[in-house]
Amino acid sequence: MEEELMAKKRPIISTGGRGGAADGKRRSLPMPARYVINALLVFVVLAVGELMVDGGAITRYQTSVLQQVGVYIIMAVSLNIATGYLGQLPLGHAGFMSVGAYGCAIFIMRLSEALGIGARDIVAGGPMVALLVFAGVVFGGICAAVAGVIIGIPALRLKGDYLAIITLAFAEIIRVVMLNIDDVLGFELTRGAAGLTGIPSYSNFLNVFLAVAIVCFLVHTMMKSRHGRSILAIRDNEIAAEATGVNTTYYKTLAFVVSAFFAGVAGGLYAGCVGVLQPANFGFMQSIEILVMVVLGGMGSMLGSVLSATVLTILPEALRAFSDYRMIAYAVVLILVMIFRPQGLLGSYDFSLSRVIERVMNRDFPWKKDKGADSGASVEEVSADGR
Amino acid sequence: MFESVSRRQFLQVSAAGTALLGLAACNGGSEGGSEGGDGASTIKVGILGPHTGDVANYGIACRNGAQLYFDQLNADGGINGKQVEYLVEDEQGDPTQAVTAYNLLVEQGVVGIVGDVTTGPTTAVAQQSVNDNMPCVTPSATAAEIVTYGDNTFRACVTDPEQGRIMAAFANEQGYKNVGTLYLKGDDYNEGVNNAFVEEAQALGITITAEQSYSAGDVDFNSQLTTIIATNPDAILAPNYYEDDGLIVTQARQQGYTGVILGVDGWSGVADYASAEDLQNCYYCCAFSSANTEGLAAQFTADYEEAYGETPTNFCALGYDAAMVLAGGIAAAEEAGLEAGSDEYLQAVIDGIASGSVEGVTGTIAYEGTGDPVKSSLVLTFAEDGSEEVFETIDASA
Amino acid sequence: MDGVALIVSQVLNGLQLGSIYALVALGYTMVYGIILLLNFAHGDIIMAGAYILWIILAQLGLNPVIAMLLAVLGCTLLGVLIDKVAYAPLRNAPRLSVLITAIGVSYFLENGAQLVFGADAKVVPSFAPVSSIQVGGLSLSFVALVTVLVTAASTIVLTFLVQKTKLGKAMRAVSEDMGAARLMGVNVNNTITFTFAVGSALAGIGAVLYVMAYPQATPTMGMMLGTKAFVAAVLGGIGSIPGAVVGAMLVGFAEVFVSAIGLSVWRDAVVFLLLIVVLIVRPTGIFGRTMSEKV
Repeated sequence: MEEELMAKKRPIISTGGRGGAADGKRRSLPMPARYVINALLVFVVLAVGELMVDGGAITRYQTSVLQQVGVYIIMAVSLNIATGYLGQLPLGHAGFMSVGAYGCAIFIMRLSEALGIGARDIVAGGPMVALLVFAGVVFGGICAAVAGVIIGIPALRLKGDYLAIITLAFAEIIRVVMLNIDDVLGFELTRGAAGLTGIPSYSNFLNVFLAVAIVCFLVHTMMKSRHGRSILAIRDNEIAAEATGVNTTYYKTLAFVVSAFFAGVAGGLYAGCVGVLQPANFGFMQSIEILVMVVLGGMGSMLGSVLSATVLTILPEALRAFSDYRMIAYAVVLILVMIFRPQGLLGSYDFSLSRVIERVMNRDFPWKKDKGADSGASVEEVSADGR
Repeated sequence: MFESVSRRQFLQVSAAGTALLGLAACNGGSEGGSEGGDGASTIKVGILGPHTGDVANYGIACRNGAQLYFDQLNADGGINGKQVEYLVEDEQGDPTQAVTAYNLLVEQGVVGIVGDVTTGPTTAVAQQSVNDNMPCVTPSATAAEIVTYGDNTFRACVTDPEQGRIMAAFANEQGYKNVGTLYLKGDDYNEGVNNAFVEEAQALGITITAEQSYSAGDVDFNSQLTTIIATNPDAILAPNYYEDDGLIVTQARQQGYTGVILGVDGWSGVADYASAEDLQNCYYCCAFSSANTEGLAAQFTADYEEAYGETPTNFCALGYDAAMVLAGGIAAAEEAGLEAGSDEYLQAVIDGIASGSVEGVTGTIAYEGTGDPVKSSLVLTFAEDGSEEVFETIDASA
Repeated sequence: MDGVALIVSQVLNGLQLGSIYALVALGYTMVYGIILLLNFAHGDIIMAGAYILWIILAQLGLNPVIAMLLAVLGCTLLGVLIDKVAYAPLRNAPRLSVLITAIGVSYFLENGAQLVFGADAKVVPSFAPVSSIQVGGLSLSFVALVTVLVTAASTIVLTFLVQKTKLGKAMRAVSEDMGAARLMGVNVNNTITFTFAVGSALAGIGAVLYVMAYPQATPTMGMMLGTKAFVAAVLGGIGSIPGAVVGAMLVGFAEVFVSAIGLSVWRDAVVFLLLIVVLIVRPTGIFGRTMSEKV
């Protein structure tokens, strides 16, 4: 009985003297080691991927699909902040993406012109180009974050459906503005419906997936920090959170703006993949597609967002012949998931390599009938669900 | 508390690694029978366009036209004794998909592409294809800048401004003194035609009494029409696509306007979208009409009806002609005895298109140093039963 | 055409547009009032109605009166079916889940229609007896007049239904407190179904009037229409019948005004901006009641 209480009350402390380790003490990985292992892994994946792209083992077509995968992973992970962690339903995520895309593309086009860097130099790469692209993508993110502040402050005064509809409204306004701003300003910025064309293809496998890794890392650390816990508390019960001293307005806006920022980053990379931007490509449908990714993967699960963004981007490519049915399948999936598994396929489960290594170190395998064997995994499911 | 903070985010990135594996499976995107005819016996070409999604109508029409041409060509023995094998890719009207599909076609070894169809995706493809020097002939993308990225992109249709000028000349010839316009704002095509029309009409001494616009997806034009009709125009120009134009014509007639309504090639197919009665007194210019009983157009209409069981539209004819233009270029490269797959071959196709001239169903198509064709147009009107008739033929402006 | 005639025509344009929004907004407001569900699929019911009209008039060539009746009936059944299949299993689920389901249903209907009928607009043959009528030298749109009158009549009937009948009382009771209503012997499920039926029937009437004015059916026609009508319902104060009508007229007139001064491209932006301003100044809308949230 006491054992069980321990597991419930202090589940997160893994050195609880239980588990399968021979000396009776549960071994764990020190923090720096975890960083090193994960950083190494990312490095290896990126290096192998880049080598395969360079060597032609991944063809150009596959690379272009992979870049889209990366962009949509960032989109899904960023929407997950607002939907999964904050518990709101913004329906205008594509709006932020478009702000970021236009911001980044215009920034890079204007600056590369001013610096005398041609389109071919950008494709070729180099430290100067890397810096330019980094600055551009961050600039795109900042533009989107500013839009997020403008939208978030009035929108977050409202709840639920009202918030959903007001974000939808704002995304529509963004689209109309992108379409017509040139007429008002009198000079060329977005070039309206004709589309912003001639964007150099500055996105490549390496920078897209580096961005994916960085975004996932930042979102993860934020959610594990004090700020992240405040955001989760607001999701679980806003009034209770406020009563315990969480500045709800601040944290809601923060989550919303961070979400917008990363959507802007994804938009910036998207612009570099496609080379042409039209306001019509950032409509309501686009927002819904990203929402489907988050909902399907599990609201509040980063792994879920990553996996479903990957699958939902690759699958239509693999099933090109059935593209007529894709959208309708999305709709059915959305309804079925809500009826039968509202928490999404993965719920709020997240995978941790460190945890697996620790288990191996402790010989703490799921198939062992050891009583405390599943203490590590159950924690997350208990702590983050309950909505 | 510290121990609770397990750093697991990087692991999720490894999910991206799984994507690499997953991609291996997505190779089979469009085999399209490309395995069968290897070697020098076939020539591969791509047909790219939106075959599903919002703008699928245009994509499918162009595809059908192009397929019809290649089928006929193959039945006649192909090019240089080689059969043409066409690979069809769908891009759903999305520039991202268009670039992906383009890459897929290039990897399958095509020597030229008929496409893309609408402006946005075509621009994206034009920017990409310059790097490969891949010959592309778009049946229908009218935006001026598409042919400016490189020498490899051509179009089979006339540009927006050209159509605007044709209609302005027509209005002048018919003696209209006051003309109002109602066009879709925020679309290259409509704005391009409108602006060219207004400029040319004013130069010819016609008064533009009202310039009204609407935005994509609108179905209610009453407010704008009320404003235009209040200026007592002799004619109203509606340079938009047929679905909108049908509504505009209907609503204008509902408001009691009985005067002339002018349009451009986006009107092709409007006969199904407004009643015969309402369509009286409407004129539009177009490259092709199934009502045209002269020459190649009549033969094409008959062939198309036999192959697909429906009447061809302007887009079908343009798809057919775009395929013909591309085939002309390929024939030139084949005659030079070049080997497919080389850069010289692609350049030879481009040179072949640029210097050649083909008798298409939408008129003679020739290029004079740019990717824009020089060709004739028709002005069409409607009979009392609502069917289209050719009002006059306007020759290519020199 | 002189200035007075121009203004009369524009006012009629505004009334016509506002009336169609009103019929749709009423459906939104009723469903929201009773189960706090933003029924995203409501606009798509109009789309379904338009396709029913197209099938009957263009494909089967039947009498317009039969077509209109069947369209309203079809919409009613579809509304009830959607409730039974998609929303009823989620009666006690979190609001977010139901909202996502509603988006899913809307998406399903739109893409289903696109799959079955194709993306291009289908033309519904005109079934208005005359296109314009002359009143004192003015040429007025017949369809616009009919639309305004039918909407006014529908609103009056609906108000009577909600205020004076037993079912209306049950609806009000359920929207006030579902649990208490159940204890008082109100059949909550039937009442909700009835609400969906009434809302969808209004959408069906809206579909008939819409198609009369704009004789086309497209898969996505319900999306913007539904969104604007929802904006109208929120503007007026969601859950309030007069609010929905007032809000719809506000939206209709705002659109016509913006178009009339030559800024038609900013039309949607203006409508949404109006919504945002109203929500910030008065979060419950013009006629809305303030409700405080309990823990």
